[in-house]
Amino acid sequence: MVKDVVCTFCGNACDDIEFEEEYGVNLCPLGEAKFSKKDRIKAPMIDGKEVTYEEAIEKAAEILKEAKRPLLYGWSSTVNEAIRLGVIIAEKIGGIYDQCSSVCHAPTTLAMIEQGIVGGTLGQAKNRADIVVFWGCNPVEAHPRHPTRYSVMAKGFLTKGRLDRKVIVVDVRKTPTAYLATDFYVVKPNSDFAIFTALRSAINGNENAIPDEVGGLKRDEIINLAEKLEKAKYGVIFFGLGITHTRGHERNVEAVIKLVQDLNRKTRYILQPMRGHFNVVGSGEVPAWEVGFEYAIDFSRKYARFSPGEFTAVEALIRGDCDAAMIVASDPVAHFPKKAVDRLKEIPVIQIDPHPNLTTKVANVVIPTAIVGIEAEGTIYRMDGIPLRVKKIRDSKYMSDIEVMEKLLEKI
Amino acid sequence: MIEVVVITGRTTEQGMTIDEKLSEAYMKAVNYCEMNEKDMEKIGVKEGDRVIVRSEVGEVVLYVKKPEVDLQPPEGIIFIPMGPYANRVVGILNGSGTPQYKGVKATIEKTDKNVLSIEELIST
Amino acid sequence: MTIMIKNGIVVDPTQNIDGEKMDLFIKNGKLVEESEAGKVEKVIDANGMTVVPGGIDIHAHIAGPKINAGRSMRPEDLKYVRSKSNKTRCAMGKVLLTCPAIGYEYAKMGYTTAIEPATPTIYSIHTHEELDSIPIVDKAALPLFGNWHLTFKFAAEGDVEKMKAFVAWAIDKAKGYGIKIVNPGGVEAWMYGKNVHSIHELIPGFEATPAEVLTTLMKAAVELNLPHKVHVHCNNLGVPGSAETTAETIKLAEKIGKENCLHITHVQFNSYTGDSWKNIGSGAEELSKLINSSPVTVDMGQVIFGHTTTMTADGPFEFALFKLAKTKWINKDVEIETGGGIVPITYRAKSPVNAVQWATSLEFGLLVDPDKIVVSTDYPNGGPFVEYPYIISLLMSKKLRENEVKEKNVSNYIERATSLLSLDIERSFYDIVKMTRSTPAKILGLKNKGTLRIGADADIAIYPFNCNEVRDEELLKSLERTAYTIKSGEIVVKDGEIVSDIWGKTFWVKVNSEREIIEEELNDVFKYYTVSKNNYGVKEEWIRKPEVVKV
Repeated sequence: MVKDVVCTFCGNACDDIEFEEEYGVNLCPLGEAKFSKKDRIKAPMIDGKEVTYEEAIEKAAEILKEAKRPLLYGWSSTVNEAIRLGVIIAEKIGGIYDQCSSVCHAPTTLAMIEQGIVGGTLGQAKNRADIVVFWGCNPVEAHPRHPTRYSVMAKGFLTKGRLDRKVIVVDVRKTPTAYLATDFYVVKPNSDFAIFTALRSAINGNENAIPDEVGGLKRDEIINLAEKLEKAKYGVIFFGLGITHTRGHERNVEAVIKLVQDLNRKTRYILQPMRGHFNVVGSGEVPAWEVGFEYAIDFSRKYARFSPGEFTAVEALIRGDCDAAMIVASDPVAHFPKKAVDRLKEIPVIQIDPHPNLTTKVANVVIPTAIVGIEAEGTIYRMDGIPLRVKKIRDSKYMSDIEVMEKLLEKI
Repeated sequence: MIEVVVITGRTTEQGMTIDEKLSEAYMKAVNYCEMNEKDMEKIGVKEGDRVIVRSEVGEVVLYVKKPEVDLQPPEGIIFIPMGPYANRVVGILNGSGTPQYKGVKATIEKTDKNVLSIEELIST
Repeated sequence: MTIMIKNGIVVDPTQNIDGEKMDLFIKNGKLVEESEAGKVEKVIDANGMTVVPGGIDIHAHIAGPKINAGRSMRPEDLKYVRSKSNKTRCAMGKVLLTCPAIGYEYAKMGYTTAIEPATPTIYSIHTHEELDSIPIVDKAALPLFGNWHLTFKFAAEGDVEKMKAFVAWAIDKAKGYGIKIVNPGGVEAWMYGKNVHSIHELIPGFEATPAEVLTTLMKAAVELNLPHKVHVHCNNLGVPGSAETTAETIKLAEKIGKENCLHITHVQFNSYTGDSWKNIGSGAEELSKLINSSPVTVDMGQVIFGHTTTMTADGPFEFALFKLAKTKWINKDVEIETGGGIVPITYRAKSPVNAVQWATSLEFGLLVDPDKIVVSTDYPNGGPFVEYPYIISLLMSKKLRENEVKEKNVSNYIERATSLLSLDIERSFYDIVKMTRSTPAKILGLKNKGTLRIGADADIAIYPFNCNEVRDEELLKSLERTAYTIKSGEIVVKDGEIVSDIWGKTFWVKVNSEREIIEEELNDVFKYYTVSKNNYGVKEEWIRKPEVVKV
């Protein structure tokens, strides 16, 4: 039996999975699907024809070297060691490094640049939180074990369990997460900034500034919610793409950061973004220590430049700036807007991934790799930045992402 | 035809099939929209019918799904699981680098057009 | 490669060598006798140049989640380009440097070892990943013990045996080098929105005081014979009146009585008199006397005028600073072991408070015995470590200090509140070599560093000036860039430019102790963790070039 296996699906990175042969204990439905056997890319391919690893990596290096401004995108589902090599490759070839945050929680980074962020580890929710707020997120479907392991039902040393906690859920529609709530609020889409600002008014003694209705909530409801929030001894606000993906984007996140700053003048509060992929945090941390920035980094001048909206993958593709792309551990064809996908169809694309996906359909060079956390080990960062070493629990015939990156770097 | 706001997001099924994107299970996990039954009445559709959603980004044909009453989106809001279908109508650029994937204005009406397969979708 | 450094003017306080013309021989990364060297492959003509051991930074936040969060929050700082991607990596950052920039900048100014002094043990994998990305220099990390509930528990019980076992366990998990403690108990109080204000006050939720925590940790460190004992960021940091707390803390070390049992870091930040920002003053004169006659050692924590980003495990302090500075604020509460905060700040010469800070650290540099004090900025809290040559030049020249006060228009409040301007002391270069080489090596217990003895690591800086003929106006320029930096016997810098990109070692301490006696407590505490006990910490094989120090 293998114990203490780290699940490599979502940002929870649950590290208590046990394996008896193929059978995993403690997995949620998403983890179970992740660890189940499924179709793989059979072999390296160039233009649909099976080739050796050597040939595929050679061809990939050639594409990257010939390109004027290649995009190196993805990274959130691989290990830091591979990401680090990817950043160095991008630096050497004068390309663009971008990662999945740019279509996810990048507004959180932008807000953090403006305001900082009052944060903590998931252990704070477990041990101390007597109020837990889920705002614009749906952990029951996106981070299924979050409520039991970390937040709602977790047994901590000060907060002993569900009965010691109030749970507040705020969303534009009722999701299964709302069933966990002590109080559930339905708000109007695109109104988060206004609601956070109204809550700040209530907390800072400016109730008179609040209009009769804000984002679908009545004035009294806002004041009442603010009072509830203030009553916490230690509160945690978890927020999701419901805030970053809607109108206002980083301004919404800034507003909730400021709300949490204000709450800390009364009691203790922390804020935690619900990060999606198991190592999307690492895909920002690694380039930050290597070259100074988390995403949207251009190396065309032989040093790192950071400019969201300019060097983020979607815009760089739509503008036609990139003349080649290497996609690692991600599927932009499934998750980018159509115009960006159209550009990916026009340029040479290298894909490095264990599984066939929509990007495989447009890729010229496909390099299959071992699945991180099942067939390959390395370091990943949980949603709160806690580092964990993921394990290799099965052998495979595939090269790891790290090995492919090492070979690629040698050839560049 | 009525005006709606499009919301996108993860679902359990989308998550479970994310590493099998060329499978039928994945396609079925992402090629529909959830509606409020009052909105369904307004445009005359029932569960399993097809609708066309149009926004400033583009258009897409989807199946209609009616969740149990308690989990229906509010009137005027439709929910599409994140993925290639949703991305035909969301993803407005705004300069921040992160497209607007949620809270996008659109119209919705009944259609006889077919829901494209994923192959067809990415080749058009 | 076998290297001969010919005709250099050598300064090595560990051998009482003060500016003598000598030849040195290097083979297999070590200093050797001429007779052992054999065939010399490379001769460095050091005629007219000063040859000293490589510098050692005893306290610089160079790796881990804090500095990296700081980088992410401050792209305005990181956009500064130090060098482009060419033969070496691109190096970015004005104050908060990227990992390649940290290694290159240390090497260029003749430093070859640096200690990351505040690693949350649970984040130690991250710290080691960053240390492994810093080229050239040797390094080590100090894990944080300050808010670990087991530290408080064993201190409350006065159980030195269990504290020893816990220290051994945590250092092993962190692959760390010693004990760091920040604002003992204060970080726990911050979880309730409070702070502790005296070393004799009870820590919320525990029957222990900061004094008991420090005392028990010092006893444990001494009994375990750790090469570097307790490295403390004192209570009440950064507030008027903190000098009194520091004096009380020094008394705790006096009771232990063992040389080097306590290192008070960035002492400047803990040495203010007065009871408000209006009457703040320097406590450096009194504290220096206490330090010189006690077993403690200190580093300066020099403030550099200009912008920087403060970062510390002292969560309540950073919240106070946020309210004062009204700027951005990162906070991180970390499981049941530590916390931390990050706030940008600008030190202004015209500000009376900032001027006092600037002067206080220089007073310490002039008044404390060079065998007991180390040059530091508490990087990046006081400012960037690349300013060490600036600090050294001020310590060596009264004239330069006076010029600086005039040129920067430093607030004349320092005339009343500090003794700096009345001090005629000028540190000799020999003293400076102590304060940047032999003293930190001794405090850290790094036997093969900070010295040019036969058998020592061949970490050597060759500066393009003659230390026997120091001219004030050339001092700064002479120290900013070496003519050569040699690391582990390889030439890494020539004429101030990186010529070889190599990887240094990571030191960690392997402690023998009875771990079993705390097994039950550990199992109990891990019920309140969100990672399993088996997944906690770093394995040696994950580190690029680990170097075990056994005790």
